[in-house]
Amino acid sequence: MNVSVEFIMTGLFVFALAGFLGFETIRRVPRLLHTPLMALTNALSAISLVGSIVVLGGQFTAYTTILGFIAVIASTINVVGGFLITDKMLKMFKPREKLKKPEPAEAEASS
Amino acid sequence: MNTLLPLSTGFFVNPDTDTVRYVIISLFYLVGAIGFVLSLKWMSDAKTARKGIFAGEIGFVLAIIGTLMLPVITTTGYIYIAIAVLIGAAIGVPLGLLVPMTAMPQRIALSHAFGALAAGLVGIAKYYDNQPDIGWFVMAVLGIEITLGALVFTGSLMAAGKLQEVKWLAQRPIVFPLQKTLNFAVLGLAAVMVVILAVDPSQVWAIPVIIIAGLAFGVLLIIPIGGADMPTVIALLNSYAGIAAALLGFVLENNLLIVAGALDGMSGLILSIIMCRAMNRSFRNVLFGAFGATEAEWGDQEVGSIRSATFDEAGEILKNSRLVVVVPGYGMAVAQAQHKVRELADTLEKEGVEVKYAIHPVAGRMPGHMNVLLAEANVPYEQLLDMEEINPEFPQVDVVLVLGANDVVNPAARHDQKSPIYGMPILDVDKAATVMVVKRSMRPGFAGVENELFFNEKTLMVFGDAKDVMGELITEISGNRDSINV
Repeated sequence: MNVSVEFIMTGLFVFALAGFLGFETIRRVPRLLHTPLMALTNALSAISLVGSIVVLGGQFTAYTTILGFIAVIASTINVVGGFLITDKMLKMFKPREKLKKPEPAEAEASS
Repeated sequence: MNTLLPLSTGFFVNPDTDTVRYVIISLFYLVGAIGFVLSLKWMSDAKTARKGIFAGEIGFVLAIIGTLMLPVITTTGYIYIAIAVLIGAAIGVPLGLLVPMTAMPQRIALSHAFGALAAGLVGIAKYYDNQPDIGWFVMAVLGIEITLGALVFTGSLMAAGKLQEVKWLAQRPIVFPLQKTLNFAVLGLAAVMVVILAVDPSQVWAIPVIIIAGLAFGVLLIIPIGGADMPTVIALLNSYAGIAAALLGFVLENNLLIVAGALDGMSGLILSIIMCRAMNRSFRNVLFGAFGATEAEWGDQEVGSIRSATFDEAGEILKNSRLVVVVPGYGMAVAQAQHKVRELADTLEKEGVEVKYAIHPVAGRMPGHMNVLLAEANVPYEQLLDMEEINPEFPQVDVVLVLGANDVVNPAARHDQKSPIYGMPILDVDKAATVMVVKRSMRPGFAGVENELFFNEKTLMVFGDAKDVMGELITEISGNRDSINV
């Protein structure tokens, strides 16, 4: 496996630019949403699922297949769980006007 | 498989002979990366944030479809993938839907562990599959990636265990002689192994050493970390997990992994910087200088007298004020008092009292912890104010209700140079007319520092469990005894 110098250089470009883009974008996320942000980036970084799929699906050796199998399970947990939990959390963040209407019913239910 | 030279999409597609497939996969990855960036961009506003999740999901689906189109995947491979994905989903769905909001810090820590496990295992598999035919640069990257994967795995599990308050894990920071030396030695060992492998990738024995050193370092890293430092450490582990994914992208020649990893790494880094600033500490200090070491000092400190208030008195004061600011802390999470807090706020608002919430950046056990809990309790997010927004308002505030927060409201941070929390930005609650502190006992906070706020003449202590106290105050204020059920 000799990754070409060409790719390493392209990769460094991509890494640096994505890093800057990420910095400028994520800097604007309010503290209010920092927990959902963590949950979301967690789901996104489970993109190593892509690598896990190749290792498992390529069936190079029995050993790598086992490692790939565990890796696919672990990253799928993060993808599925990560997106679901982020959505569940964000659903809870409501502005005042949206909360006004269902108030009486909810006050009953939560007490 | 080395006969087909991959390009930027990675994975064994020859752009010259298999052009259509190559272009489709590349485009899917590109759109996937755009989806990821958009999902983070839309996170900058609570109104658009849910749209962002959708963008992220689309990006993910495209990336997976693209990957499944790779010719390298065998027919049995597809079956295995389907089985593994089903198992993962079967575990992931309950983890996503059933975990209560109060358990969110450990849930997030646990997912860092899973992410690191996956990245680490893929790295290990790539090594065994390709050795000794690995260039020095890729080998070094792979070595670092495996080390990071291992250390984030155990580190996150330890953090999750501490947050879950697992019995056999000490909650207090543990410090022992030569701790730093040991930590550096373990990390140094991993570094030496990476160098050995980079020089000669056929040294297969070095991989298990790297793995063990990484796993051990992860444990050692968390041992001296106390509860108050958890937000920083979780953010830091988040960052490491992202960097591991990006490094994997270099090894697998996959730009999408590099992009996603860089975004995740950057997000974790930004959060850790915010957390460190909010505690006025450096990374080094958080990671290696446990707060617990200063514990002995406050023991002989001179303590003044405290004033405590009955529920009746406290309710009366709250009812007759114009502006009340609630300062929640970890104590609110422990007592699960967020719903009762919102009920109290509703009761006060009916009496014409304005209620706001002041959120310190490191309140709780992870970034944004208090916001999520209060949002869960249907507090409109306009009422949740950051430290910088609320601090200038405190002189106009009639009553501050401190709920399970401690170090983040300790005025010693402003003037007492001997205090371990000196210099930490705090919520200036002592500038308000009255401070009401709801507390179970006079025990100091996680930093082990005595809080002079409690002895301030403006301060009234209301002793009891946060949830019960809220219930009592609601009754006192509304004057309606039927509405309580404790």
